[in-house]
Amino acid sequence: MTSIADRIAEPALAGKADAILREAAPAISIPAIGERELRLDLFRGLALWLIFIDHLPPNILTWFTIRNYGFSDATEIFIFISGYTAAFVYGRAMLQSGVVVATARILRRVWQIYVAHVFLFTIFLAEISYVATSFENPLYTEEMGIMDFLKQPDITIVQALLLRFRPVNMDVLPLYIVLMLFLPLILWLMKWRADVTLALSVALYAVTWQYDLYLTAYPNGFWAFNPFAWQLLFVFGAWCALGGAQRMSRILTSSVTLWICIVYLFASFCVTMTWYFPQLGHLLPRRVEQWMYPINKTDLDVLRFAHFLALAAITVRFLPKDWPGLKSPWLRPLILCGQHSLEIFCLGVFLAFAGHFVLAEVNGGAWMHFLVSISGILIMCAMAWLISWYKHSADKSASKSKSAGGNADMAGGGS
Amino acid sequence: MKSCSKAILGLTLLLAGCLHFAPARAETAPASCEVPDHLLSSESALNKVADAVKAGRPLEILVVGSRSSTINTTDGSAYPGRLQAILREKLRPVPVNVSLELQAKKTAEEVAATFVKLVEKKPTLVVWQTGTVDAMRSIDPDDFRGAVEEGVAALQNAGTDVVLMNLQFSPRTETMISPSPYLDNMRMVAQQHDVPLFDRFAIMHHWNDQGDFDLFSASHGIELAKRVHDCLGRALSKLIIDAAHLNPAQQN
Repeated sequence: MTSIADRIAEPALAGKADAILREAAPAISIPAIGERELRLDLFRGLALWLIFIDHLPPNILTWFTIRNYGFSDATEIFIFISGYTAAFVYGRAMLQSGVVVATARILRRVWQIYVAHVFLFTIFLAEISYVATSFENPLYTEEMGIMDFLKQPDITIVQALLLRFRPVNMDVLPLYIVLMLFLPLILWLMKWRADVTLALSVALYAVTWQYDLYLTAYPNGFWAFNPFAWQLLFVFGAWCALGGAQRMSRILTSSVTLWICIVYLFASFCVTMTWYFPQLGHLLPRRVEQWMYPINKTDLDVLRFAHFLALAAITVRFLPKDWPGLKSPWLRPLILCGQHSLEIFCLGVFLAFAGHFVLAEVNGGAWMHFLVSISGILIMCAMAWLISWYKHSADKSASKSKSAGGNADMAGGGS
Repeated sequence: MKSCSKAILGLTLLLAGCLHFAPARAETAPASCEVPDHLLSSESALNKVADAVKAGRPLEILVVGSRSSTINTTDGSAYPGRLQAILREKLRPVPVNVSLELQAKKTAEEVAATFVKLVEKKPTLVVWQTGTVDAMRSIDPDDFRGAVEEGVAALQNAGTDVVLMNLQFSPRTETMISPSPYLDNMRMVAQQHDVPLFDRFAIMHHWNDQGDFDLFSASHGIELAKRVHDCLGRALSKLIIDAAHLNPAQQN
């Protein structure tokens, strides 16, 4: 975590850089260097916990995840905040060190995420190979057919390396990889005209819906998160980070916006309730139903996007940047998890595999489900704390030897 | 009594390596696989079945399904065979024939295309077990729903009653197969087309939670599968009798 906070140590340098930035790039404004935006970390940490819980078999904790109370879920939060922090960090790098260096840094980051994805795939392979050889219940002969891909490692593994073969629960990182891969282009455009970039992104989203663009997957089907559609959230996050949020502040503080958001969130809550209590279903007018369904997650349905916007607007309004609670030790675990999102995300996916495995090997009772979820979250927190401690002490010793471009990847844990 | 069953349990555990767990447990406590009413209640009626039984015509049931509609035995111990035996007993003297059309490794779309031919035999009721292959191949859930809708409509147009049966609850493969979109879509189609849904997933989940069956078991034996299929046959027969509003007591 060579983070924004650490950079305050060099205020003079940073200030100079900032001055240069303002002259060089009138199109976008990067918020002055301040303390790390803890709200982002907090909500990204929350998103990571929720994604972990959603990846486990349903249990009591599943009822606490936001997807049960509205259209959008933790994935939206994760992608938006990733866009925001990535633009914040690499946008600054692009203005300071130029397009080429910033691109190189971003590509290095993409490589890290790719390696993480392949590592998770290896763990997945190990787990299911074990299950395949140790489990021959005749009741499930058909379901075991899913292991058939093990018979063709030549194809499957190559397809996995090409990101086309993705097992269950391994869809977010490939999306993230593709989005990050296009980040240099996005930032470069933003540097030129931020609003035009956002408009282009909206246009691509519209074209995706109109002409049904998608990426195919192996052995069939397509990407569970369509990058052509989900880029909208990522670019929107980047746009907000590069001054858009400030320019929107008048809209965000207006009470009209607030009421629209509240009404929309309530409406979406009511609709979600009809999924869990079908007897309420008849209350929903048929015409609304026909217009609304299906609410498509693959292509980031407009209703989901709007739901996320409403949530975000209300959050920003009622949770000020300087809310003292952000410093409270109770929220510390969440914030720490959010600050090391790649590591914790991967750990979460791994723990979800491991959790399934424990439930399968030991016992699948409700209490065990609960225990697995809770211990998973505790492990994630402990790991986040450990990484943070390690980076902190590593940075300390590094600053003694004073490595110049030390902040090459301050987004290392951050984006 | 308690210590006795404990001793038996201990012995079985010891012998688990060479003997099958299932028969020993079956002796101590016959498989109670009760299904809560809400899992078998359906607002949709099986009118064709009701008419056939009331008129004393033979009840021809066709089960269309994939591999999970069979187990590796030849003695009719898979659920279609059990269904036939149980219905024959309960609906006596109405003749009941259950036949199985096995369509292994076919998606709902591929199976639906064969319905025109299948219904030429004029079955009274078609039990369509589907979803597993689609979930394994992660077919687009919207396409899946379209295919199931098409299939159900084709069957209804041909004048047969339809029961939809969804996936098995398979805890071991949950990391690899994600059943929920397919379960949701089948529920939706069942509601829209007014067709009873035999919620095999929820029922097996319930049995597993209640401890009736240990579906996590890595047992290689066939006994567990036989008992589960017997219970599935029982539950399915109850669903059919209830949805056709038949009172077996009157029939006897």
